[in-house]
Amino acid sequence: MSEQQDSKIDQINEEVVEAKIEEDTDQYLTFFMGGEEFGINILSVQEIRGWEEITSIPNSPKQVLGVMNLRGTVSPIVDLRYSFGIKDLSYTEETVVIIVSVETDSNPKIIGIVVDAVSDVYNFAQSQIQPSPELSQTNQAQYVKGLGSTDEKMVIILELSEQLIADPEQSTGRQLLAS
Amino acid sequence: MSVDLSQFHQVFFEESYEGLDVMESALLNIDCSNIDSEAINEIFRAAHSIKGGSGTFGFNEIAEFTHVVETLLDLIRSDQFVMEPDHVDLFLKSVDCIRTMINELEAGGETDTTLADELRAQFNTLLDGGGVSESTESVEGSSESSEAAQGWSIYFKPDADVLRTGNDPVRMFRELSELGEIDVDCVTESMPDLGSIDPESCYLAWNIILKGNVEKTQVDEVFEWVIDESDIRIEELGASHSEQDNQSETVETETVAETAEVLSPIAAEPVATKPSTEPAASAKAPAAAKKESKPESVSIRVGTDKIDSLINMVGELVITQSMLNELGKDFSVDMMPKLMEGLEQLSLHTRELQESVMRIRMLPISFAFSRFPRLVHDIGKSLDKKVELILLGEQTELDKTVMERIGDPLVHLVRNSLDHGLESPEARVAAGKDETGKITLNAFHQGGNIVIQIIDDGAGLNEEKILSKAIENGLVSPHDHLEPEQIHDLIFQPGFSTAAEVTDLSGRGVGMDVVRRNIQDLNGSVEVESKPGEGSMFSIRLPLTLAILDGQLIRVGQQVYIFPLVSIVESIESQDQMIHRVSGGCDVLRLRNEYVPIIRLWDIFNVQADHEKVDDGLLVIVEGDNIKVAVLVDDLLAQQQVVIKSLQENYRSVPGVSGATILGDGTVSLILDISGLIKLAGVGRDSYKKITESDDNEAA
Repeated sequence: MSEQQDSKIDQINEEVVEAKIEEDTDQYLTFFMGGEEFGINILSVQEIRGWEEITSIPNSPKQVLGVMNLRGTVSPIVDLRYSFGIKDLSYTEETVVIIVSVETDSNPKIIGIVVDAVSDVYNFAQSQIQPSPELSQTNQAQYVKGLGSTDEKMVIILELSEQLIADPEQSTGRQLLAS
Repeated sequence: MSVDLSQFHQVFFEESYEGLDVMESALLNIDCSNIDSEAINEIFRAAHSIKGGSGTFGFNEIAEFTHVVETLLDLIRSDQFVMEPDHVDLFLKSVDCIRTMINELEAGGETDTTLADELRAQFNTLLDGGGVSESTESVEGSSESSEAAQGWSIYFKPDADVLRTGNDPVRMFRELSELGEIDVDCVTESMPDLGSIDPESCYLAWNIILKGNVEKTQVDEVFEWVIDESDIRIEELGASHSEQDNQSETVETETVAETAEVLSPIAAEPVATKPSTEPAASAKAPAAAKKESKPESVSIRVGTDKIDSLINMVGELVITQSMLNELGKDFSVDMMPKLMEGLEQLSLHTRELQESVMRIRMLPISFAFSRFPRLVHDIGKSLDKKVELILLGEQTELDKTVMERIGDPLVHLVRNSLDHGLESPEARVAAGKDETGKITLNAFHQGGNIVIQIIDDGAGLNEEKILSKAIENGLVSPHDHLEPEQIHDLIFQPGFSTAAEVTDLSGRGVGMDVVRRNIQDLNGSVEVESKPGEGSMFSIRLPLTLAILDGQLIRVGQQVYIFPLVSIVESIESQDQMIHRVSGGCDVLRLRNEYVPIIRLWDIFNVQADHEKVDDGLLVIVEGDNIKVAVLVDDLLAQQQVVIKSLQENYRSVPGVSGATILGDGTVSLILDISGLIKLAGVGRDSYKKITESDDNEAA
């Protein structure tokens, strides 16, 4: 991993800590996938790691790359790019794994998502987030919570769910297979 | 006094459950013709602590009820009352009753005192009927204290030290004033000269008149904390002695009348009550099971010796760590031997530490066995069977989590043995056996496992009946020839029950398959051996702990997997002449006299392997669910202990994989689940059947 990348990760990790202190502001960590910028609520982010080799799980859904040791807990790693139908799935020095905590019916699950690169941390007030336009019932639409816009750009705000690790062939039909 | 007592409630509940268990097992051991005074003492002590505890925490229903139980026990203890078998039952019922009440309190609900009142009435009759002067007195005493008086005159002279112990008389007066109207008169006669006053001492005494409808216990409660260090006299207001006597007498007769009334329906309908208890019991059973499941994994009691050895170990570890630290600060190559020595010590200590921590979780199996004397006693009675229960190997230690989860399957198996296994006394005599049946629970260690056996000397499994039932249910075809073991194994199939009638105890057909599944969830296995006319034996084999597993690391391509060492039978290098191709795409290995299906791990797990053909790879013969399979792998790596991590926690269960672990280099490795693999590969017994069936169809 490059030094530049390292320092960037450090910086964002710091901001993650800061954001947790000021709980009343809604901060979003943004990242790139296939050239587009996505954001997730920073409170759900546990940490950001560089890409490393992981252990594959037999017969897992395609987007689940495998499992990784996160200081003693075994967590699945999901390629979010695959779930969003992005074709270019390269694993380079810039590729990062964002460890997020996803709410479920019981205990939250710790899941790693693979994205192209992390970008920045933005503050969005609730008013700055527009509900997402009626997207067709595609697999990826279920994660899109809305569109956050700053003066110069637009960020797709995501809300991740347990569906990340679900088998698309079983849950949402054949869209993904067809695509 | 604003200590939040609720923080101690959980401890009280746990202690009470323990006390109840002690009472129960001691009660079951009582032989009425020859009463062991030590046993009575034990029951008494347990009852007494429960009473004390519940009183302190304000659980008055329990305290009052336990008090009655305790009173009778006290009489038995002092030989003033003769214990009869019926009384043992009454005591057992009270134990149940207290347990239910505690359960209700623990669940945060109100206690239902109907049963307690009923039982208390029975106790009171016994106490009265005993004709012992002391017993009537105690009844009198209790009725007197519960009777409210018009007021109390209290003389209170605390010791001079009372203020130093943190007790403030003013606070007590305030409490009293909450009970009723009070009139306090200060007695200052013992006041010393002003010059010799110690400001921290209390020289005062008080005469208090408390008016109102207040019970004596309430007054006592106010002075509870200072009663030992002061002179307190509490007298009833305005009641002359003779009046009091009259009063208590009438109360006494009332109580007797009341109890007689409560008792009469019970006494009048001995026949009617008997059958009605059965549905009640069955209705209670699921409710009780639900409640019992709650206190799982609350806390664990550990002997101080175990903790001490742990602290020692940690101390050693710290020393080694600081030594290595020192070494690392200024390291040169010539210090290598010292480093190696340090690392060796470190690994030794780590292992010892691990073992000690594991030992903390280990409890003797008597914790799981202890409920059976009662269970067998009750069920034997309801079935009219005479049963002797023999417990062996009670000190065999087992991981607490495993223990908690083996309880229900064990109960099921014991019930089954009682219900189906043992014959009625008449049938036993006819068969030339002792009319009292024997059920033995035996536990022992074998290798890294614990084996629990449930042995009965009943009729054994009825093979014909099982077989015909299995054919009826379509589990086997009438043409199949099955070995006796295979027939016995059929009882573990889902939806299988041979009981002619569904009884309260067993016969609903959702039994043995659940038992087997529960045990398999614990990485264990269950088998049955049976001889017609001589009885049957169920053997449960379980790993000692769920947290750590002896594993054999294997490699397939780039992936490292782990086989539980216990499941491995042997490993062989495959030779061409041993492999047979069977139609239907399943290859089998001829291993001495057996044909073992071959599973290609790379194929069912979809990974790249070095050796894709059976001819040039290694075959590991593993066994799960009594089925042997040969698994094709690329390489055998190290054997090591691995800590089991859950995959479900953050992901979900994966077929063929029971969990994951973290290897020395920090990477994750998956632990294989043999029975899951067999299912995944479709080489189990069912699929054999399917293969033969499809062959038949093709032929047709």
